[in-house]
Amino acid sequence: MAKKKLSPEEVKHIAKLACLKLTKEEIKKFQQQLSQVLDYMEKLKEVETKKIPPTSQVTGLKNIFKKDKVKKNKCLTEKQALSAAKEKHQGYFKVESLFE
Amino acid sequence: MSLTDLSIAEAKKGLKENKFSAKELVSACLKQIKKTEPKVNAYITVCQEKTLKQAQAKDKLIKKDKEVFQKKPLLGIPIALKDIYSTKQIKTTAGSKVLENYIPVYDATVVKKLKKAGAIIIGKTNLDAWAHGASGENSQFGPTHNPWDLKKVPGGSSSGSAAAVAARTCLAAGGTDTGGSIRYPAGFCNLVGLKPTYGRVSRYGIIAMASSLDSIGHLTKTVQDSALVLSVTAGKDNQDGTTSPKKVTDYLENIDKLDLKKIKIGIPKEYFTTGIKKEVKELVEKAVRFFQKKGVRIKKVSLPHTEYAIAAYYIIQPAEVSSNLARYDGIRFGFKRKKFADEAKRRIMLGTYTLSAGYYQAYYLKAMKIRSLISNDFRKAFQEVDLLLTPTSPTPPFDLGEKAGDPLSMYLCDIFMSPASLAGLPALAVPCGFTASNLPVGMQLIAPQFSEDLLFKIGHFYQKSTDWHKKKPVIIK
Repeated sequence: MAKKKLSPEEVKHIAKLACLKLTKEEIKKFQQQLSQVLDYMEKLKEVETKKIPPTSQVTGLKNIFKKDKVKKNKCLTEKQALSAAKEKHQGYFKVESLFE
Repeated sequence: MSLTDLSIAEAKKGLKENKFSAKELVSACLKQIKKTEPKVNAYITVCQEKTLKQAQAKDKLIKKDKEVFQKKPLLGIPIALKDIYSTKQIKTTAGSKVLENYIPVYDATVVKKLKKAGAIIIGKTNLDAWAHGASGENSQFGPTHNPWDLKKVPGGSSSGSAAAVAARTCLAAGGTDTGGSIRYPAGFCNLVGLKPTYGRVSRYGIIAMASSLDSIGHLTKTVQDSALVLSVTAGKDNQDGTTSPKKVTDYLENIDKLDLKKIKIGIPKEYFTTGIKKEVKELVEKAVRFFQKKGVRIKKVSLPHTEYAIAAYYIIQPAEVSSNLARYDGIRFGFKRKKFADEAKRRIMLGTYTLSAGYYQAYYLKAMKIRSLISNDFRKAFQEVDLLLTPTSPTPPFDLGEKAGDPLSMYLCDIFMSPASLAGLPALAVPCGFTASNLPVGMQLIAPQFSEDLLFKIGHFYQKSTDWHKKKPVIIK
């Protein structure tokens, strides 16, 4: 049994934040599975890290810039950009209305 | 011997000497695909007609100028690509129904480079959806079967790429390795699998999984071929700001130059203890003794934070996954988010949770600090030794279905894989023997950043004296 336990409400809340719709069965399944994984992560508490700096990337590079210039050969045509859209309207992507 | 059994080096020689044509080589691969696909399911898309036409064009180039191989080192070589590489006008699904109908309008940088080198893209291979998994079973296009034993998994997430090379349907295959997804299936399918240094190969156009970890590599039959392919794919790319400006060396040119007496190999004790199967341990130790007999110095070392790698990896990686998969909205391309299957949902939710207000410090920040400690472990070890030798996995290939219902046990598969990923190090999986039931076992060589040349030299030396990599799975004999 997992020590770190997510409630069904928490699972629903996370799913909502991530734009995922879950069925009742899924909520139950993910509650159990995610709790088990989070419980495993408690292991990290064993390690003292107060004075350890975090690593967010490993390249050793910083401030990589490139010229802010349009590269014509990298541009998609309107036709290409819209080629995979399910719905379009006069050269635009058509989306569901956001406001009532 | 069939043409499909050849290494890239052998095939190039044959093409140069007019022993066979690129068209014959491609036809042989397509014929093999027809024969093995019903059992293996390594491909999502096979590019039948296109490839034959391309092969004919390559044959003309070869006829005109024998020196053309200097400019086009992969001319006429059939290569398969994990279906997470964006390929212009070829469907690219990432193994997910969300992208079931997605046809990219551009090529990934690596795809461009391979094409420019003359390679022929023979097909797009199956994978755990979005490269999430260690077995191939998370594909929404059916699981891939291990050609060495069809009841077993081929390893993942580059499951189709590994099975495709093992089943002799292509001469090499592109993969991606975020936390083991090339090396792990290489070990399970008796192949050479390279995870390059993070930043050595461009990620541009590769569907992103975890951006601080994704490494673009490949699976081949031999170490020599692996070196050749990296010579083509490596290098700085202005489209990917994390690629290194460091010069790419010709990895093949000096592959035979090695003074073994100057080499010191470290054996990290943490990789030979918990849960490792006896047969795996013995075979890897045999490889260690091989090097020892040849005059290499062997030293026991310790990487004390190894046991925390999976926990840190499964915080960092899903956090980045949740962000990368947020772009799939079904508006510009693909389908809506309800098409995500369980594993993608789990990772999106895990990442969303650990990054959410109040939890960031306890999870994500903590994991990034552990990442520093893991990198430091390697740094210290590399002050004493030139490279490290470990098993690729604690067990031989497991049964299809065995771990499918238990996400945590699937995550733990990558226990020997994720430390090198977190530290951004290059690592090479090399076949090192078979279990009593004829299942492949692999060893992993890990070196300091940008030391791929050393990995190739050591791996190539091993393959010159051993023939594990020449063994073929029963289904294709």
